[in-house]
Amino acid sequence: MADPRIVPDPRIVIVGAGPAGVRAAETLVAAGVRPIVIDEGGRDGGQIYRRQPEGFRRSYASLYGSEAGRAEDLHRSFEALRDRIDYRPETLAWGIWEKQLHLLQGSRTSEVDFDALIIASGATDRLMPVRGWNRAGVYSLGAAQLALKSQASAIGSRVVFMGSGPLLYLVAAQYSKAGAKVAAVLDTSSFWLRVKALPRLIARPDVLLKGLALTWKLRRARTEIETGITPVEIEGQPETGVETIRFRTNKGQERTVACDAVALGYHLRPEAQLADLARCEFRFDVQTRQFFPVKDTDGRSSVAGIYLAGDGALTLGADAAEASGHLAALAVLTDLGRQVATRDVGRLRRRLRAFERFRRGIADAFPWPASAAAAFSEDTVVCRCENITAGELRAAVTTGSVELNHAKAFSRVGMGRCQGRYCGHAAAEVIAASAGVSIETVGRIRGQPPVKPFVIGAESDAKEGA
Amino acid sequence: MKPLQADVIVIGGGLMGTAAAFFLRRRGRSVILLERGLVGQQASGVNFGNVRRQGRFLPQLPLANRSREIWGRLRELLGEDAEFLATGHIRVCYDPSQIGVIEAYAQKARDYGLDLELLSANALKARFGFFGPEAIAGSYSPNDGHANPRLAAPAFARAAARAGVEVFENTEIVSIAKPGDDFQATAADGSVFSAPIALVTAGAWGGALSQQFEEPVPLAVHGPQMAVTEPLPYRIRPVIGVSTVIPAEVVYLRQVERGNVVFGGGARGPAFADTRRAYAVPGNLTGQVRQIRRLVPALANMRVIRTWSGIESYLPDDIPIMGPSARLSGLYYAFGFCGHGFQLGPGVGDVMAELIDRGSTTTLIEPFHIKRFATAEAARLVSA
Amino acid sequence: MTSSESGRFRRVGEQDRPRLVFSIDGQPAEGCKGDTLLVAMLTQIRHLRSSEFGDGDRAGFCLMGACQDCWVWTDTGERLRACTTPLAAGMCIATKAPEQAWPTLA
Ligand SMILES: Cc1cc2nc3c(=O)[nH]c(=O)nc-3n(C[C@H](O)[C@H](O)[C@H](O)COP(=O)(O)OP(=O)(O)OC[C@H]3O[C@@H](n4cnc5c(N)ncnc54)[C@H](O)[C@@H]3O)c2cc1C
Ligand SMILES: Cc1cc2nc3c(=O)[nH]c(=O)nc-3n(C[C@H](O)[C@H](O)[C@H](O)COP(=O)(O)OP(=O)(O)OC[C@H]3O[C@@H](n4cnc5c(N)ncnc54)[C@H](O)[C@@H]3O)c2cc1C
Ligand code: FES
Repeated sequence: MADPRIVPDPRIVIVGAGPAGVRAAETLVAAGVRPIVIDEGGRDGGQIYRRQPEGFRRSYASLYGSEAGRAEDLHRSFEALRDRIDYRPETLAWGIWEKQLHLLQGSRTSEVDFDALIIASGATDRLMPVRGWNRAGVYSLGAAQLALKSQASAIGSRVVFMGSGPLLYLVAAQYSKAGAKVAAVLDTSSFWLRVKALPRLIARPDVLLKGLALTWKLRRARTEIETGITPVEIEGQPETGVETIRFRTNKGQERTVACDAVALGYHLRPEAQLADLARCEFRFDVQTRQFFPVKDTDGRSSVAGIYLAGDGALTLGADAAEASGHLAALAVLTDLGRQVATRDVGRLRRRLRAFERFRRGIADAFPWPASAAAAFSEDTVVCRCENITAGELRAAVTTGSVELNHAKAFSRVGMGRCQGRYCGHAAAEVIAASAGVSIETVGRIRGQPPVKPFVIGAESDAKEGA
Repeated sequence: MKPLQADVIVIGGGLMGTAAAFFLRRRGRSVILLERGLVGQQASGVNFGNVRRQGRFLPQLPLANRSREIWGRLRELLGEDAEFLATGHIRVCYDPSQIGVIEAYAQKARDYGLDLELLSANALKARFGFFGPEAIAGSYSPNDGHANPRLAAPAFARAAARAGVEVFENTEIVSIAKPGDDFQATAADGSVFSAPIALVTAGAWGGALSQQFEEPVPLAVHGPQMAVTEPLPYRIRPVIGVSTVIPAEVVYLRQVERGNVVFGGGARGPAFADTRRAYAVPGNLTGQVRQIRRLVPALANMRVIRTWSGIESYLPDDIPIMGPSARLSGLYYAFGFCGHGFQLGPGVGDVMAELIDRGSTTTLIEPFHIKRFATAEAARLVSA
Repeated sequence: MTSSESGRFRRVGEQDRPRLVFSIDGQPAEGCKGDTLLVAMLTQIRHLRSSEFGDGDRAGFCLMGACQDCWVWTDTGERLRACTTPLAAGMCIATKAPEQAWPTLA
């Protein structure tokens, strides 16, 4: 910190070194601020541009495909920032209290005070359970991609991709290209919804074309693709895991496909726990039937000093994450009394609006299969962590729990290690269907610290900046 | 609107209110139970679940004993047991000077019918191998234990309803007065409930109601902080606590049969009676874990997966308000349980029912009378 | 790579990395430098742990540190989240809680 202009005053903290966090950091550094950048991962890049471990040799082109240029650009940008930011990899932000962020690195805890906090925490897969999804060999779609991208491994020898959304086709195509056996792609949304959504999807013609190319590549590789399917069960043994998948075709016939792994996913959901712990307001999105933290276009949350960027606020994808990270940093600077170029702000806002139109198109084309929850058999496991079935959850509804947190207390759904990340949305659907109330009134699982498991052996460092 | 009428209205559906309603009904009274939200949603549903007598204020032991006896009969009384397990409770100390304190307590507790077994460091090690080396002595209460707080108040409410108590949830009483022979309690939606007898069991909100009868009390609210670990093999049977004069050292833990270890204690967080929220404070967890691994070192490798807090009310002398009003006949109070009310709940319900039914009770509750705050000194505390 | 046929994951590239020897439940195992513990284990065996609640074996779910399904033990009783822990030579991993990890007295 030789240069007196970059003394960390004001104190700005960014959680997440993905596209959103990196662009936010870059914008702040350009304005002469030295932000603290926290990321749980060992390296920058976030989810989509995750870097492979040291010693791996695959090229950008083979690793990131059509996004290679963007990935390389983001990584270069970050490298250029390294000396001008306080970067803390392998550090989990696990709690927030007033204007203080609580960190855990290994088993060391520490706190940092902030004047502004940019939460760029990204997303995780959005899941709709299916009977048998608790078996070994069932993975989230994102997991299937991560195995390939950052570990050069496939999650099995015969993989079925089931769910909905563009990522389903993308990851299946990546597997196919890498030489892994794709047993089938089973999409719960029907082909016609895609056609109907075209007017909105045109908002990003390049992405639309890439999507079409993927399907074409899969078909050329003779991959079985079924649309409009209804998942029935992932069959197998408790000890050995997945053996087959059973589903109904769009014509209503029941079929099975032999497989030893299933990748399951229905778009993404924001990692919004930190925003929740900062007591940001949330709003209900009718179209996708989930809650998002409230923010203005520039990224201001409902709480002064807390800014939201990237997929952690609204799942608009990687390009939008870059734009929203940039914009959130400009909002921070504006709010701290700095001059910012209004031309940049206008341009970025326009870009985000196009991304938002596209997101709505995607949500129309690949809808969240809400009605599946009503059809769960009583013994379908809803909460994988605690092994709680739909029947047990419905029993809680019968005894009066029609709000998600109340039902959680009585059924234990969402009480486990993942804190409801993977069952929360489906549990809400089960309750809404069973109680005959709207999903919005069922609510969302309230965040509770720690954001992720916290080791009892944790030792604390002296508070910084005290 | 015609008021709904009963012999007794009970305001507040926590453990105190539901248990009182249940026992009043057994004594033949018609009862209306009024709860602002859902039964057991506040302190009674989110507490640590300790069904512990040892270490309590000695004059509270008769009440605690009576309650313990009911805990053991829950299945017979309610048809469900709220997962009560008489696993035993151990208090250990780290400081030699504290040994005398637990010994003296054990001596006096015997007079109240509570038998405690004193354990040396070696006995602790031999019988409960999980304690850390700093635990140098302990006091074991074999018949104490723990229960599932989420289940207790709803179990009482269900049994009460089956027996004929009218339970109104989502019914907040905004005003209460006694214009004639009967109390009139008016709910936020305008409905009116009336009865010659009213019992206030409104927990942290009890003061707002006693105030309406010009009996203010210096009630403060705090949020004791709880945490739970990932599930682990079930090995710790008794509930464990620390006997100490150092507040930061006061932690307690228990393991549930599913395997999770629940713990609490240390610094409390802020609680807000108006918004009905209490928040777990991250910094408090950091302090708690330091004490937890001192108590049971094997926990150091394990992970906390969730923390929470709840709204509990405290009086300056750390004992509750229980008994008849000092000003108005037919009015009774049972609130302000200062972090110890879960164990007492069933007993409080039984005693209040007896008091209301018979005009007196066989269990000592005189120290808890609201009149202790009617003095000049207390008035000063109230206004401070 | 001699990833035994009983493994769950299949390597599809980057196979010329240095080998690292470790053990799973006392059995010798081999992974590659740069592997996560999860990948190293699942190229050898078909699960990481068993569900505490009786519904069978588990092999992780998200691979990104979010679901917490992949926690394993070391033979000395530490807990490791397999999907975010890099494999290190000599690791002694247990898929069940080892005896000394947790008190046995009740
Ligand atoms: C598994 C997965 C695969 C995806 N694959 C694709 C794809 O192939 N193509 C595509 O277009 N989009 C993909 N997406 C969507 C894509 O990830 C996002 O659009 C993009 O990465 C969003 O960027 P971001 O900066 O908002 O978040 P991310 O890139 O997700 O970055 C967030 C960062 O925050 C860190 N973080 C989060 N919470 C904390 C915390 N509490 N403490 C410390 N650090 C924290 C994370 O470690 C992460 O590095 C994928 C998403 C996921 C989850
Ligand atoms: C985190 C925590 C841990 C604890 N651990 C233990 C423990 O281990 N062991 C132990 O013995 N004790 C423990 N306690 C204390 C114990 O939980 C309480 O003393 C006990 O539950 C109090 O019961 P209650 O019925 O008086 O209050 P509450 O459970 O708070 O019930 C009061 C009810 O009144 C209702 N109400 C309030 N105002 C109105 C109104 N105007 N109209 C209608 N309804 C109204 C409320 O909605 C509420 O449901 C703990 C407390 C907390 C918060
Ligand atoms: S597999 Fe989800 S946390 Fe490791």
